[in-house]
Amino acid sequence: MTRKKTLSVIGKPLRKVDAMAKCAGETVYADDLNLPRTIYAKLLRSPHPHARILGINAARALKLDGVFAVLTGEDLPQKFGIMPSTEDEEALAVDKVRYAGDPVAAVAAASETLAEKALGYIDVEYEVLKPILSIEEALASTEESQRIHTWNRRANVQKAVSLEFGDVEGGFAGSDHIFEGTYFYQGNTHLPMEQYCAVGFYGPDDKLTLWSSTQTPHYLHRALAKVLKLPASRIRVIATPVGGGFGGKSDPFSHEICVAKLSMITRRPVKITLSREETFYVHRGRHPVKMWAKTGVKSDGTIQAMQYKTFLDGGGYSSYGLASVYYTGALQTVTYKVPAYKFEGVRVFTNKPACGPKRGHGTPQPRFAEEIQMDEIAENLDIDPLELRLKQLVEANSVTINGLQISSCGLRECIEKVAERAEWKKKFRKLPFGHGIGFAASAYITGAGLPIYWNNMPHSGVQIKLDRSGGVTIFCGSSDIGQGSDSILVYAIAEEFGIDPADIRVVSADTDLTPVDLGSYSSRGTIMTGNATIQACGKLKPLLLEAASEALEVPADDLEFADGQVRSASLPSRGISFAECVVKAEGKHGTLGATGSYWPPKNPREFKGSGVGPTPAYTFSTAIVELHCDSETGEIKIDKVWIAHDCGKAFNPLLVEGQTEGSVYMALGEALMEEQIFRKNGLHKIPSILEYKSPTTLETPEIETILVETIDPEGPYGAKEAGQGPLLPVVPAVSNAVFDAIGVRIHEIPITPDKILRALEGRLKAVSIPQFEFPAPLKWQPGEGVKVEQKS
Amino acid sequence: MKKSKKNGADDRLTKRLLRLQVNGETKEVATEVSKTLLEVLREDLGLTGTKHGCELGECGTCAVLVDGEPVLSCLMLGIEAENTEIVTVEGMTQNGKPHPLQKAFADLGAAQCGYCIPGILLTAKALLDEKPYPTRDEIRQALAGNLCRCTGYTKILQAVELAAKEIP
Ligand code: FES
Ligand code: FES
Repeated sequence: MTRKKTLSVIGKPLRKVDAMAKCAGETVYADDLNLPRTIYAKLLRSPHPHARILGINAARALKLDGVFAVLTGEDLPQKFGIMPSTEDEEALAVDKVRYAGDPVAAVAAASETLAEKALGYIDVEYEVLKPILSIEEALASTEESQRIHTWNRRANVQKAVSLEFGDVEGGFAGSDHIFEGTYFYQGNTHLPMEQYCAVGFYGPDDKLTLWSSTQTPHYLHRALAKVLKLPASRIRVIATPVGGGFGGKSDPFSHEICVAKLSMITRRPVKITLSREETFYVHRGRHPVKMWAKTGVKSDGTIQAMQYKTFLDGGGYSSYGLASVYYTGALQTVTYKVPAYKFEGVRVFTNKPACGPKRGHGTPQPRFAEEIQMDEIAENLDIDPLELRLKQLVEANSVTINGLQISSCGLRECIEKVAERAEWKKKFRKLPFGHGIGFAASAYITGAGLPIYWNNMPHSGVQIKLDRSGGVTIFCGSSDIGQGSDSILVYAIAEEFGIDPADIRVVSADTDLTPVDLGSYSSRGTIMTGNATIQACGKLKPLLLEAASEALEVPADDLEFADGQVRSASLPSRGISFAECVVKAEGKHGTLGATGSYWPPKNPREFKGSGVGPTPAYTFSTAIVELHCDSETGEIKIDKVWIAHDCGKAFNPLLVEGQTEGSVYMALGEALMEEQIFRKNGLHKIPSILEYKSPTTLETPEIETILVETIDPEGPYGAKEAGQGPLLPVVPAVSNAVFDAIGVRIHEIPITPDKILRALEGRLKAVSIPQFEFPAPLKWQPGEGVKVEQKS
Repeated sequence: MKKSKKNGADDRLTKRLLRLQVNGETKEVATEVSKTLLEVLREDLGLTGTKHGCELGECGTCAVLVDGEPVLSCLMLGIEAENTEIVTVEGMTQNGKPHPLQKAFADLGAAQCGYCIPGILLTAKALLDEKPYPTRDEIRQALAGNLCRCTGYTKILQAVELAAKEIP
């Protein structure tokens, strides 16, 4: 096959395909849908964090004029959840509520106001139970009577894991210095600007359509079939353009199932839009994690062994928790050479909104610990923190001690470039008191190596249709959450066929029309849909080339797709337009279309829990943060952030920069102010945008992005992820910069003025670590099978 | 649970005929006096380009221009907007031509999910109408009430600067 040497679309700062619609206010988000005869739903939520439901009576609500239906738990008893082995959610609580905000009933009424009013006419009798609100309380409540769930083995422990790679004991014994520390990463929430919204319509043809602001229409499709007990073939899920996801719209949710069921009863379109307050209850955000980290080094700073314990506060349900707990241990080895590594992690249930995947999913927390500890090692051994890292970076085409295969790696260049731009050498430990600079590095995955439910089908599929007009339509299940996944499909086709992106249409995220793509999570979009698209184009090219070759009397291997033409590469004036070529090829071969699929490389490891960590390609990021810290008030002002990100190949540099800048911004929010916190009685303390502080234009500093291109062999055109990885180094870099500025170490986020002041006065206590007996470790070496059957 | 057979009807709410000037057109609509301008625009006039993120005046997503000033449409009643000139994002495109701000936002990739963008575009328009060459700090100040969770504001600030250069 002819392969162009130079790229004409990939790598160019093009507009996104939906850019003008978004800027013109024409994009139709879920709440902008107004179907004829729509009625409106509202959910009644538990006021108690932990209670048994003794009875629900909706009779009074049903009597109200304009109320069409009321649902309670017994109408939808089937449990569901994103991970097949921990399905512990109910659309409406059946006999127990597990957090304040847990839905117990749903109403459909003629108007939103009326539905809201009807909620007050539903009588629920609760037996209030003592809430469990912290990791410590969860681990101490081992009595059967104190259980939040009954399915898990150990009371209030959702999952406990223990993994050991290499000779950890020997590594520590052979170390000249041992560093230990404890850390706390507070939980925070996605706060997408668009609140959750869904519209369900069960039509006269006995088919259900659900429109929802979701990142994972395929998983939602499966959950709806299961809970509603409908054949999946009669359910259509359409993901509307998502007004901000960040991981928060990746689970199947109560409100989605309820509008579907309410429409099945009323046979009218049913719409629900959650309030901002409810959005805080749906949550699935960053887990609060307590961590203990230990690193043994030689006197030159080279790492001999590393050990981590992580304690995740999971909230009331499992959600992605099984993956989250493994992710708090999976990627610590993917930055520096670590010859021996042990990880123990536990996720507990508490009576708070469930935590889940937020940008970085489980990895920003241990990265925070790791990068502060590296800074402390450097400080202690009197080595420049960058030098300490540079002498022991992981390398391209290597395997980590826990069996993760690194293909491309631009970490060294990321460190060097960021240091140069920030003038690190001139500033580090040289700025006046109150003014500081800090560094950190990190790694992240480009798509999970395994799907969420076991199957051997492709992770991503596309279908391409060629039209006689020369127009191309691509159908793909991926959902655009603002990252530009629709545009990625278009750029790849435009590149392959040498045509104008304007001649390409995208139909995405519609389970009736589009082949399955697993969804917009784990930074999988570009690598998986991009490769599937290239494959589909590759199937069509021989047909097009054959027709063009005949028409032009030019051998096929001298033909190229360029400038809207299929033409002779050696004599470019000899060509036909792409449209003409399609007409000729269709006349010759019949209707033109093709599918493309993508499977990630086979999991290189084989032990329980090994599915978390492998990926087609790792990205690397480094950050330098410069800040001012006022020792009188404790206030921090970030002056500037330099971020270098190894993105493989920048598919579209504008979009990659945008993802990087957004990651830095979100990291600063987490580092300095954002927290999902609760009162002693278990109620959310700040469920509003006013109280839940997040950075505005005034707190967000200048961000300088440096893209490092490594051209990964597995990536489409070499591309890797950009949406999550760049968040990781920023948070520890802030803490390291605070140390440079005022000489105190802060091991907790958010780093608020009061923590700064307490630290300066020597009153900031070390983070306490709970007592817990982890299961015996599963020991594994690269290339080995399962040695110990793990119990939790 | 059983389905109710009742004919849906709200509690009797006071309705009134509103006459609004929106995007240069006169619109008449009979609607509840208690409705916010946001609701009137989205629900009664079908102008769904205006978004909402809180309906409590906390996020800036619902900003529209009322007599040239950015106003949070979730905090203003529809009836209060009578006898004013209202501009929504749909009104920024004139005779099929996008406003330079819209063009600059599209060109620089300043709209990611795009949900905050209508409010930001209008707030930025008010700034540029009053101050054609704002400094970056002035842009930051003007947009301080408009939250965006996607972009880190970087490309938004750059796009406003770019548009300022292109407005004749
Ligand atoms: S909707 Fe948030 S300020 Fe109006
Ligand atoms: S672009 Fe998504 S909130 Fe601003």
